[in-house]
Parts: sequence; C-alpha cells; structure tokens
Amino acid sequence: MIERGTWVVKEGFADMFKNGVIMDVTTPEQAKIAEDAGAVAVMALERVPADIRKAGGVARMADVGLIRKIMKTVSIPVMAKVRIGHISEARILESLGVDFIDESEVLTPADDKFHINKYDFKVPFVCGARDLGEALRRISEGASMVRTKGEAGTGNIVEAVKHMRTVMDSIRKIKSMAVEELSAYAKELRAPFELIRLVKERGRLPIVNFAAGGVATPADAALMMTLGADGVFVGSGIFKSSNPPKMANAVVQSVLHYDDPAELVRISEGIGQAMEGQEIETLSEKLQERGW
Amino acid sequence: MRIGVLGMQGDIEEHLAMLNEIGVENVRVKSIKVLDTVDGLIIPGGESTTMVKLLKITGLFNELKKRIRNGFPVYGTCAGMILLSKKIVSHPEQDSLKVLDVSVNRNGYGRQVESFVANISIASIGGIPFKAIFIRAPQIVRIGKDVEILATYNGDPVMIKSGRIFASSFHPEISKDTRVHEMFAQVVKNALSC
Repeated sequence: MIERGTWVVKEGFADMFKNGVIMDVTTPEQAKIAEDAGAVAVMALERVPADIRKAGGVARMADVGLIRKIMKTVSIPVMAKVRIGHISEARILESLGVDFIDESEVLTPADDKFHINKYDFKVPFVCGARDLGEALRRISEGASMVRTKGEAGTGNIVEAVKHMRTVMDSIRKIKSMAVEELSAYAKELRAPFELIRLVKERGRLPIVNFAAGGVATPADAALMMTLGADGVFVGSGIFKSSNPPKMANAVVQSVLHYDDPAELVRISEGIGQAMEGQEIETLSEKLQERGW
Repeated sequence: MRIGVLGMQGDIEEHLAMLNEIGVENVRVKSIKVLDTVDGLIIPGGESTTMVKLLKITGLFNELKKRIRNGFPVYGTCAGMILLSKKIVSHPEQDSLKVLDVSVNRNGYGRQVESFVANISIASIGGIPFKAIFIRAPQIVRIGKDVEILATYNGDPVMIKSGRIFASSFHPEISKDTRVHEMFAQVVKNALSC
C-alpha cells in the first residue's frame, strides 16, 4: 500500500528547502544561473515582481511552454505561481508536473473572497502571510509551506521584517498563554483553534516558514534568518542586481552563515550593485494587501 | 558520544530533533572545527547540488571524504545518499564524495507529484514495518560487491551499508519512528569502543 500527495509527503518536501534560497527566474538561462549558484529551487514566472509593478495590468500564471523549458533545464525543483483562488491555473500546473505551487498575491487575484482548497491537490502549495492568523488560515486550507508577504519587487526589506516579527510575536504570546486563553486568541487572530493549540504544543509554526518580499542583499537574507525564517525567497533581488551569478551565490552563502559576521563580510564583498530599492510610502499599490 | 548533523542546507533540525528524542548529544556541523567534536555524522535531506557547493566553499568536502574513508561513521538520507555515492548516473557532471560504491539516479522515482510513502521491512531494526517517506527520492541503480542491502522497495535497494557508511533513499527523520536513528547511534557507539 503506497500513498501519494498526502500531507506527510507535501509538508515533508517543504522541510527539504529549509536553510536554503528559492529564486525567481524568467528564462531557462536564469534558472541555470540560479541552480549553479546553489538555489534549492526556482520559481518560474513571466516577469519578476519589480517588472510586474512597472507593467501594471493583470498578472497571470506564466506561459506553460516557458515553465516546461525551465523544468527541462534544471534538476532542482521548479515552482510556479497561480493567482489567488485560481483553481484551474493550479490544475494546469499540477498536471504539468511542477513541484510546488505558490498561490501568490504578486499575481492579480482571481477570487476576491476565497483561496484554493489546497487539500484537493497532490502538488504542495506555499502561500503568503502577514501575520499568524493569515498563516494559519492558509494552513487550514491545506498550504504545506508559508512565507512572509513582505512587499514584493521593492528591494525594501522593511515589510518582510514587519511580517516576520508579527508572526513570531504571536507565537511567543501563545507559548506563554494559559490553555483557557487560547480560544479567545484564536478568535482575535481569525485562526482555527486547533492550529493555535498546535502552535502552542510545538512552539513554532506547524509548517515551514520562509521569508519573502524585498530581500535584496546577503545581509537582508541573514537578517531574515536571524529573525527566525526557515529559509529565503529572493524575487527581483537576483536578476535586478548588477551581477546576478555573484549576488545569487552570496545570498546562498549568507543563509548558511547568517550568524557569523566575519563570514558575512567575506560574502558581501565584490558582488556588485544590489537592485534599486523603493520607499513603501511611494507605492501606488501594495501587493501584500491581496489575500483574505 | 556526540553525533553531528551536516548543516549546509536541508532538514537539519528534523535530524537534530530525532537525536534529542533518543537522548543522543547532537550539534549542527558547519565547519571543520565543529566536525572535530563529533563521533559520527548524519547528512540530511535537502538539495544535493546546493550541499556540494557549500561543502566545497567551507572546505568540508575534502575533509569529510578523508575521514569517511578512514572509518568515520556516516549516515546519508536522500540528498545525503547522493552525496556519498560513487556515481550519479542521471547527472554525471555533479560531483559527490564518492565514498560509497553505488550508482544512483537523482529523482529516480519522479518529480514531487510522484513522491510517496510505503511500508518497508528493515530486518536489522526488527520486524515491525517502517513507514518510509520518499520525496523526489534517488534510485539506486547499481551496488558494489562490498555493499550490503538493508531494505528494498519494489526490488530496488533503498537502504544500504558498507562498513560504517549507511544510506537510505527515504527520510526517517520526518517519520515518527526513531528506530533507524537508534541503529545508527549504536554503530557510532560501537565505533568509539574499538
């Protein structure tokens, strides 16, 4: 008797990404650069978030042919994004054989009330969250991995830091709460009580939690690991920098040596210019506000 | 006795938690300095391509190769097995420690949607079936004459040993079953006393 697509297989796969870096790529050539730099997976998409911002309009799942080419080019896992609530884009990616789906606020939402029921799929999902309640709601829908939303495409780490601190702060509170206080807190966070109880039992999120949205330098990646991230997504930060292969490798190394300043000095030197950053206040639209 | 978990990348914490559960002192190994303090090493699951790169940058690659050849006990799970193996048939360009005489195919059982859980029997840990979790698992396609098969699935070897080198294509660290870790801890303990 063998089982496929069950919780243990999906959540277990996310465990294998831990202490690693997942990079956004838009071409097979970029995917190869990411793999050679030591990425644990690539996220195939049409445009990096910084360009999605610039282009405006409706951002959708990437072209199937492009994703297939990237899957053929690299041996590491390939992820791809679907619009929030877009069940059919997700079915297409599952059938194509992508290894992980990101139901992502970076694309234009397809459903303004509901997310995908991810238990219905054999392929695992990662979703964004700004606080513990949102993370647990996504888990209750079957997400096997969560990430902070940050503010994608800005090269500004401040929102990712805020979201990671917000999640960690709630976890610390739960750890110190009496059991009878948990249900009121579950209500406050709009999260299922059983999952709140699981957080108390484990002293952490019940699944893998990556940082994402605004990581632009090795120091940014190290900061997110210091704040308790299990690993890091880098979107525009690699291929909007002046030397993508060097930046990519430096970010990978900084996740390993996040707690060793002397190593971080070595890693940060001679890697070229990081992507240009944006002040959050100047944005006309915040992607992080998408998701319910 | 202290067992290290190679800390380049992957599910390091899950192995450390297993060692905690069976009461074995443990540490994450990111440098030769820390490697010096352990009596045996577990190489976790994760991305083998990432681990190889980081092993070379940290200088652990050659150091590990030398020590394992001299009888240092090691157990590799999934990516860990790929790292130990002599030949990666599917990706000949990828380097490995080449200390275990087997040939493997990376993702030999398919991509993530094909990942699976199967009950297998591992004679050396007793008769109760082991719930083996295979995630984009490597497939062993050839074994050398000094390699002993400890468990099979569908006719393929999935857990093997050669001297003090152990490897499995599945992940006992994310099951709730500590028997494989207990077995490896015993191997490390025996190596210490001889």
